[in-house]
Amino acid sequence: MKVQVLIRLKAGVLDVQGKAVERSLTGLGFDDVNAVRIGRLIEMEVGASNLDKAKQEVTKMCQELLVNPIIESYEIREAK
Amino acid sequence: MSVNVLLFPGSNCDHDVIHCYENLFNQKVEVIWHRESELKNPDVVIVPGGFSFGDYLRTGAMAKVSPVMGAARKFAAAGGPVLGICNGFQILCEAGLLPGVLLQNISMKFLSRFVRIKVESSSTPFTGAARKGDIIHCPIAHFEGNYFADGATIERLEGEGQVVFRYCGEQGQVDAENREWNPNGAMRAIAGITNDKRNVVGLMPHPERAVEKVVGFCGGESGRVVFASSVAG
Repeated sequence: MKVQVLIRLKAGVLDVQGKAVERSLTGLGFDDVNAVRIGRLIEMEVGASNLDKAKQEVTKMCQELLVNPIIESYEIREAK
Repeated sequence: MSVNVLLFPGSNCDHDVIHCYENLFNQKVEVIWHRESELKNPDVVIVPGGFSFGDYLRTGAMAKVSPVMGAARKFAAAGGPVLGICNGFQILCEAGLLPGVLLQNISMKFLSRFVRIKVESSSTPFTGAARKGDIIHCPIAHFEGNYFADGATIERLEGEGQVVFRYCGEQGQVDAENREWNPNGAMRAIAGITNDKRNVVGLMPHPERAVEKVVGFCGGESGRVVFASSVAG
C-alpha cells in the first residue's frame, strides 16, 4: 500500500522558506498572497494490508524519525 | 583522560577538536564511527560539527538514530560530560538529550562569520574554568542556528540557569533583536544550553576554531576555555 506523510510546521513556528517564497511571489505581482508555509511530503510503500495498520506503522516512523514534534505536525493518508 | 569524538558521514569539524585535545591539552582521543554501538571508555564525549548525512530530512535527524547515539545516550544518562558543537548541538537536540530545536536562520542565509558569546553559567563540565560574563569570540558557520523552544521550556531554561552561552556585543551586551550580535535570530539570544543535570552541553558557535592565536584570527584563543574546562574537570 502506498501512503503519504504530510508534514507541516506548527502554527507560530517561524518559516523562513515560506517567507522568502512569499516575498518572491509578491515580487512577481501576486499581491494577494499571504501566509505561505512550506511543508514536506514523504511517500512510501508499506506492506500493511489496510490503511489502519499502515497508519499504525507510519505513526511509529514519524515518532522515531520523520517528524520533530517540537515544531512539526503530520498527517498520514493513502496515496492514489 | 580519554576523549571520544563521534564521527558521522558528513562530520567536518572532528579534526579541529582532535587537534585541540591532542596537541594543546595532551589528551588521548579516540574517534568513534557512527556505526559503532560502544564507546571506548570515555571521560568526555564530543559530537563535532559538520553536515551529518547531508542534513537530509532535518539537521541531526538521521544522526540521532545511528547506533553510536545509543551509547552516547547511556553515557550521558550516567552523568558523563557530552559536548555538541554546531551540528553536534543539533544532533543532541534531535536526540532529546537537550531541549528545543535549531530553526533556519532568521536572515534566510547561511552565516559564516565571527560572533561573541557570553558565558552565562560556569557550572557545566565545559565552562567550569570560565567565569560568568567571560566572552568567547569565535566563528559560526550554519544555516540552522536559530534556537527555538516552547515558552515553558524557555522559562525553565532561564529559571534553572541552563542557558550556558548567549550571543552578545563587544561589552557583553545582550539584545536578541540585534542582528549584529545575534545574527541567526535565536530566542533570548541563546547560543548554547545545558540539560537539567548539567552534564550535556550544546552550542552553535565553534570554540574549537578559536583555540590558537595563529589560526584564531580576531577570536584569538578565547575558545580554549571550553576544552580546558573539560580537562580540568
